[in-house]
Amino acid sequence: MYETSYNRVSSVTEAATALDAADDPKILAGGQTLIPTMKQRLAAPSELVDIRQVDELHGISMQADGAIRIGATTTHAEVAANADVRAQLPGLASLAGHIGDPHVRYMGTIGGSLANNDPAADYPAAALALGATITTNKGSYSAEEFFTGMFETALQENEIVTAVTFPVAQRTAYAKFPNPASRYAMAGVFVAQTPSGPRVAVTGAGQEGVFRMPAMEAALAENWAADSLGSIQPDAQDMLADIHGSAEYRANLVNVMAKRAVAAA
Amino acid sequence: MANVNLTINGKAVSAETDDRTLLVEFIREHQGLTGTHVGCDTSQCGACLVLMDGKAIKSCSTLAAQASGSSIITIEGIATGAELHPVQRAFKENHGLQCGFCTPGMVIAAIDMIERLGPDLDEPTIRKELEGNICRCTGYHNIVKAIKAASMQMATQLEAAE
Ligand SMILES: Cc1cc2nc3c(=O)[nH]c(=O)nc-3n(C[C@H](O)[C@H](O)[C@H](O)COP(=O)(O)OP(=O)(O)OC[C@H]3O[C@@H](n4cnc5c(N)ncnc54)[C@H](O)[C@@H]3O)c2cc1C
Ligand code: FES
Ligand code: FES
Repeated sequence: MYETSYNRVSSVTEAATALDAADDPKILAGGQTLIPTMKQRLAAPSELVDIRQVDELHGISMQADGAIRIGATTTHAEVAANADVRAQLPGLASLAGHIGDPHVRYMGTIGGSLANNDPAADYPAAALALGATITTNKGSYSAEEFFTGMFETALQENEIVTAVTFPVAQRTAYAKFPNPASRYAMAGVFVAQTPSGPRVAVTGAGQEGVFRMPAMEAALAENWAADSLGSIQPDAQDMLADIHGSAEYRANLVNVMAKRAVAAA
Repeated sequence: MANVNLTINGKAVSAETDDRTLLVEFIREHQGLTGTHVGCDTSQCGACLVLMDGKAIKSCSTLAAQASGSSIITIEGIATGAELHPVQRAFKENHGLQCGFCTPGMVIAAIDMIERLGPDLDEPTIRKELEGNICRCTGYHNIVKAIKAASMQMATQLEAAE
């Protein structure tokens, strides 16, 4: 790891000031992506601004309209164990409980995961399928606006994700086929029955990161059942291909995972 | 330089260290507690697990500075004097180790899972919970047996206490 300097802050304002004052800073949350990346010398920020202990960024609350607001530094373990999330959005709780391993889940945060937008990360699928709103210290984004490509988001330099709000949904489920070594998704499908109809979002498989499946959504609007998905799958041309699986394999996996998710919801 | 103040196995430690020092380097090289191991460079093996404020975390993927203010327990801190922790005893009795390299992490993971999920764990739960622990000797079967035995023993102890 290259040299860096560490700065722990206790408020969002303090974090913003520290980020603006530094040369080439990075926000440090759970560190479960950033520290391994720095160890491999793929990132070398001059300063780390540690927001893990900022109280105002932490915690889960149910809003008056039933939406669930999750602070950016809330850990995967906390989301998985939260009673409101389990009751209202069981698909989201189950997704959080299957990220990586128990030790990653104690440290890793929802804000870090969304800001990183790894094409194989799990949370982006839930955010897009549920139409979540991502709030920052500068404004807010719909999930559609937020995820702009592989490891790319709409966040401006030094913009801090402060919370994510998930609106109500009648039914939710997530099915993922994890890479057996890394536990990241080879294909992960989040399905939701929302007040505006069914929504389906896919992670792990697409070359451009997370995406929706309008054809599956239309089929589920006709009849919410695994069978109605038939052989609907994404175009293999748009899928990732690597040593773990070909593009055709991933396209088929999306269909299989979508059916499993609908059956579980 | 970062000022790191924490407790390790109940003892207060205060030290100046490079900001980039990993918690595992701090524990092994600065404190000389070499029971915590480093088995990979990819945050995937779990040999480096320690309890930070009661939760098993990867000390290879955490900075010492991030851990400042916390209470750390390493494998050296779980026995009571000469008396082994029930999980350690179960590993011994069930032949839950071969070369022993992964064992500190396995034992810490086991303590964490029994404390979080309650005693008397079933085998599928134990196997799922061990997703972040790799044993190069592949002795998983006896590791699972040891954790099951320890969790059952802790259940009996709880009943006896009632
Ligand atoms: C062994 C292993 C297995 C894993 N398996 C999975 C898996 O199966 N599925 C999955 O989805 N993930 C997986 N992960 C990744 C894990 O979920 C990370 O915790 C997560 O991607 C990043 O969150 P973090 O809090 O650790 O962020 P950090 O590592 O601290 O930061 C990541 C990036 O986000 C930025 N950032 C962090 N917080 C904010 C914020 N509030 N606002 C703006 N920018 C911010 C940082 O500057 C950095 O660029 C795995 C990680 C490991 C080590
Ligand atoms: S050394 Fe920490 S996970 Fe391998
Ligand atoms: S006992 Fe040798 S690595 Fe597990």
